[in-house]
Amino acid sequence: MSRILSKERLSENVVKLEMDAPLIARKAKAGQFIIIRIDENGERIPLTIADSNSETGILTIIFQEVGKSTFQLGKKKAGEELADLVGPLGTQSEIENYGTVICVGGGIGIAPIYPITKALKAIGNNVIGIIGARCKNLLFWEDKMREVTDELIVTTDDGSYARKALVTEPLKELMESRKIDRIVAIGPAIMMKFVSLTTKPYNIPTIVSLNTIMVDATGMCGACRCSVDGKTKFACVDGPEFDGHKVDWDEVLKRSQMYREEEKIALKRFERGEA
Amino acid sequence: MPRPPRNDMPRQEPEIRAHNFLEVAMGYSEETAVIEASRCLLCKKPQCVTGCPVEVDIPGFISLVKEGKFIEAARHIKKTNALPAVCGRVCPQEDQCEKLCVLGKKEEPVAIGRLERFVADYESKFGEIKIPEIPPQTGFKIAVVGSGPSGLTVAGDLAQSGHEVHIFEALHKPGGVLVYGIPEFRLPKTIVAREVDYIQKLGVKLNTSFVIGKTLTVDELFEEDGFHAVFLGNGAGLPYFLGVPGENLNNVYSANEFLTRSNLMKAYDFPNYDTPIKIGKKVAIFGGGNVAMDSARTALRLGADEVYIVYRRSKQELPARAEEIENAEEEGIIFKFLTNPLKILGNDDGYVVGIQCQQMQLGEPDASGRRRPMPVKDSEFIIDIDLVVVAIGQGANPLVASTTTNLETNKWGYIVADEETGATSRPGVYAGGDIVTGAATVILAMGAGRKAAKAINNYLKTLK
Repeated sequence: MSRILSKERLSENVVKLEMDAPLIARKAKAGQFIIIRIDENGERIPLTIADSNSETGILTIIFQEVGKSTFQLGKKKAGEELADLVGPLGTQSEIENYGTVICVGGGIGIAPIYPITKALKAIGNNVIGIIGARCKNLLFWEDKMREVTDELIVTTDDGSYARKALVTEPLKELMESRKIDRIVAIGPAIMMKFVSLTTKPYNIPTIVSLNTIMVDATGMCGACRCSVDGKTKFACVDGPEFDGHKVDWDEVLKRSQMYREEEKIALKRFERGEA
Repeated sequence: MPRPPRNDMPRQEPEIRAHNFLEVAMGYSEETAVIEASRCLLCKKPQCVTGCPVEVDIPGFISLVKEGKFIEAARHIKKTNALPAVCGRVCPQEDQCEKLCVLGKKEEPVAIGRLERFVADYESKFGEIKIPEIPPQTGFKIAVVGSGPSGLTVAGDLAQSGHEVHIFEALHKPGGVLVYGIPEFRLPKTIVAREVDYIQKLGVKLNTSFVIGKTLTVDELFEEDGFHAVFLGNGAGLPYFLGVPGENLNNVYSANEFLTRSNLMKAYDFPNYDTPIKIGKKVAIFGGGNVAMDSARTALRLGADEVYIVYRRSKQELPARAEEIENAEEEGIIFKFLTNPLKILGNDDGYVVGIQCQQMQLGEPDASGRRRPMPVKDSEFIIDIDLVVVAIGQGANPLVASTTTNLETNKWGYIVADEETGATSRPGVYAGGDIVTGAATVILAMGAGRKAAKAINNYLKTLK
């Protein structure tokens, strides 16, 4: 059991929860994730860690309401408990002084890119942030990202706020105009695919974090498998971070759709109040 | 009076059970149990006991059954085997106790497993749970990593020696393979819950959703949390794939994932439970062991029209228990022997549509002593399939070993441990079960747990 200490709605469908999880918060490193299970009938869902504080024992998770489980999680209130909170899982980000690094966060990916950005800045990199979302409503943590970057570029797909562009546009301009040593990108798979395609011609190392379907998340089931450099990897234990230039993106995208029909059934039932 | 023949256990009819997840076998009645027990010769030097990894006093408990003392019989078994309801169901008795039964030379052996199951179920139904007297606390703290058969055995034994025992289980439910792996129709989960409950009543503290190697490491258990000894029973837990093209297509599962979704996550009851599972119409299972049979029979119960076991050797080489093969055959599972999958075929959306196979023939025996399957030239063919489960075994999950200092593993990643004591290369750390032997049986894991508990007790004496 793990208690929700506070809840904040960052935008229409983006929710932040602060969890009381001292053991996990003590260990959590940038890039890692946790598994939560809401109740006895719940599924195990992986969520990347947005922040952690080893002093207070608070673990921050941010998620977007997209399916049955996340909408259900979004209805939870401070003081309520989740059946399970497991972690920290996966490997941690490689944090070194590379020189100039661009951290790209797309949509809900802004949450997990934040601790990585913070760590890369703390170790001495010149850090440029790019955060983007479909529209203004889905943007969050602009202020927090500004704190941990030397420059921050904000985009929206529809131009409802800041620059109207996809994140790949300012990314390309930066690579054209300056020497960039490393790129870390987290967001929807389709965004990470296009970031990887954009950076490939410039041959700049590009790290992505795959949010695949998982069950146990300790290497036992293989639900999260993906092809990296032609080899099968388990995102839960070998990742979640991989070299974006070597990921088989079409496979990642297809696998992410595997339960599309079941997800619709579950969500409909939930919206009708049957579950 | 002539000896009665070995008594069958009533089972659900195949055409009915193929559509439900209820237990297939229904157990002996009191009358049948007494008749079956009366077949036992109560040998002075019982061979059956030597075939049991935990040396249950088989004639001892059977003579109690004969007298109708069923609860006493169950308690007699529990002196050496804490999980009789589980072992009575999933032990391969035909290769152990029953294989050595003297009666088996001329007729059928005594149905030891069925009797064990009967008395264990009888006790849980009619007996009071009897907690043995626990000696005063010794002040020693022991961590048990994993709550499968070996971990539960070690924890139960050490709690009864008066130590403070903490189990750390990575999943949200205790029981390990008994819960995520073996299906409900072969081992009802209420039975596992009952056994775990008993271990907790002995004073064992259970921490679920706690991943040793991540939440805490073994090193930290010693250095920060003051544990005096650690037992590693975390299981094999790394699924093997064939390495053929198409294995990452949608609707290709490892047996671990397929069974975990259905058993642990109760995906067979989606959407009442949130975890989904794909229902195949035509399903292929790769492999021929018990896990392959479990996967095939699960796919059938989920609603498949046709389920194939695709196995590259012949029926004689199937590693699964005879009983499970028979159950699968009765339920209509189709066996494709001497068939080797070469490729899994997919459509544009990335879902499985078929498997390309090759006909095999058996050649000379290989290192395992089984005849090696050899491809037949120009024999490739395609079977239309929309769901594949790969059940070809598993390797060592490195999560615990790789985060523990001074712990020796072998070239396959299994933890190196003394066969008699479970002692590893690191003092105070013991290991047993599948993480040492590779995927094996419930009872072998329990046997290893029993030995390790003794060795840990001896080790703790040296700390005083």
